[in-house]
Amino acid sequence: MSDYYQELAQKAATAFGEALVSSKVEFGELTLEVAPANLIAVATGLRDGAEFACEELIDLCGADYSEYDHGSWSGERFAVIYHLLSVSKNHRIRLRCFAEGELPRVESVVDVWNSANWYEREAFDMYGIVFDGHPDLRRILTDYGFIGHPFRKDFPISGNVEMRYDPELRRVVYEPVTIDPRNMVPQAFREDHRYLAQELGGDKRG
Amino acid sequence: MAEIRNYTLNFGPQHPAAHGVLRLVLEMDGEVIERADPHVGLLHRGTEKLAETKHYLQSLPYMDRLDYVSMMSNEHAYCMAIEQMLGLEVPVRAQYIRVMFDEITRLLNHLMWLGAHGLDIGAMTVFLYAFREREDLMDCYEAVSGARMHAAYYRPGGVYRDLPDTMPRFKGASKWHSEAEMKALNETREGSMLDFIEAFTERFPGYVDEYETLLTDNRIWKQRTVGVGVVSPERALQMGFTGPMIRGSGIAWDLRKKQPYEVYDRLTFDIPVGVNGDCYDRYLVRIEEMRQSNHIIKQCVNWLRKNPGPVISDDHKVAPPKRQEVKEEMEALIHHFKLFSEGFSLPKGEAYAAVEHPKGEFGIYLLSDGSNKPYRLKIRAPGFAHLAGMDEMVRGHMLADVVAVIGTQDIVFGEIDR
Repeated sequence: MSDYYQELAQKAATAFGEALVSSKVEFGELTLEVAPANLIAVATGLRDGAEFACEELIDLCGADYSEYDHGSWSGERFAVIYHLLSVSKNHRIRLRCFAEGELPRVESVVDVWNSANWYEREAFDMYGIVFDGHPDLRRILTDYGFIGHPFRKDFPISGNVEMRYDPELRRVVYEPVTIDPRNMVPQAFREDHRYLAQELGGDKRG
Repeated sequence: MAEIRNYTLNFGPQHPAAHGVLRLVLEMDGEVIERADPHVGLLHRGTEKLAETKHYLQSLPYMDRLDYVSMMSNEHAYCMAIEQMLGLEVPVRAQYIRVMFDEITRLLNHLMWLGAHGLDIGAMTVFLYAFREREDLMDCYEAVSGARMHAAYYRPGGVYRDLPDTMPRFKGASKWHSEAEMKALNETREGSMLDFIEAFTERFPGYVDEYETLLTDNRIWKQRTVGVGVVSPERALQMGFTGPMIRGSGIAWDLRKKQPYEVYDRLTFDIPVGVNGDCYDRYLVRIEEMRQSNHIIKQCVNWLRKNPGPVISDDHKVAPPKRQEVKEEMEALIHHFKLFSEGFSLPKGEAYAAVEHPKGEFGIYLLSDGSNKPYRLKIRAPGFAHLAGMDEMVRGHMLADVVAVIGTQDIVFGEIDR
């Protein structure tokens, strides 16, 4: 399967050339990275090109890279990740596009794949990524009147407000959270990872 | 001539036909829908964010709570994503157990769907029948995991434990149940769990015939479903439909056949496909899927009878060692302690694993930075894309057809809102 995706990566490289920032095959999957300026051209090419034929946008999600790599990430903070599926060719392609600028913006792919509509609304809601040209960019999962973008890494897991019924005011009131943040599972990096060692020809139990 | 007024109608979130917490804002011209705007998120729990604060094993039970009528299929996708990144081999017996429980889960889901869909559009009886069969399948869940619904039975590297040798039985006659009744209830529970499942697969096709007698040629049923919510194959692809929703439109796409995982390539089964892409075709597709699932379960039972073996990987960096070993060996004790406190780390990178969930393609996208917690976990829920297509499916239909379309989409809010 990996060979198939290597070939597909080659085809993508010839078809899109400069438009692709990078491409790699990892864990048997092909990931293409594209600059925001070329996103629509590449997306349309992946949908209409006979060798790609990705008729279906299976998933679209945002990601916040600000704490990636022990927090030493130097690239753009927000990325949009597209999972494409070709029903006729039976393959999958992952497309990544880093949003540039203070206000992260990416072109909307709703016109290429209609299923992007709600997925882009979700990415906007969760990460505050703005999709240019989206017909109806509203919040989707969070509450009416919610402030902030909850999946950003600087948004606390407990949230910022809590809600209760106030018997005196006889309505629901919002107040700042009273929960102290706590970390139940310390993060542990295993650089001496035995799976890495295996790739380098090391001992399985290493 | 009477004046026709335009309405904006709020449907749900407490409406029983809203299948949970769907709030639909319908713009109507008389009784005809002009625009449907589903408001979702009332069940949003932030599963993906929570997963970022926990090690991989701790997030697994959250997967049950996504689509809470097909629990084990959700776990399956999550375990597969982890196994893909670790390059972990799953013992073949565990693969058969997983496939068997995936199909049991499919039956559970489709029975729930059939009952609720029937109830929504006027067929009361089938609901009662469907829940009778669900009870037996829930007992299978309980027998392997101890929980009727939220099983947490699949683990990275296999399944938690092997199938039990006995099925729990109903105990003691009472003034409500006579001795003879108890005997009849326990009749299929005398042997092992596989005997119980096999007895179920013998009975089940007859039950499906019963449902079909009630519905398939029923005039009211056909009036409510034929020609309602038609989706063309091109639109189904554009809107990201998967599972029975895309097969009902005539596209033979099933991950179990096209991108086989576990042991699906060793089993024989057929993929039913619809012609017209309406609610009735999707009903027929799901009914046939139940029969096919039953056939798959039978094959798995046969194989599992003949082939004992391990059910979880012996790689103790990922899967816990046996209890006995933990008590006797120092290394096993350390493995056990590290595994349940720190967890295991995944290599740096990303993976997407998808299974043919009863509702469509359920995928898990994992982005790892090499630590013991996922950096980003994205759950691709099939119902999310289906509900997004709601507006297009109900436009121009009557108000009552909205209920039929909600039913045919098999909406469950646990997965849509996550």
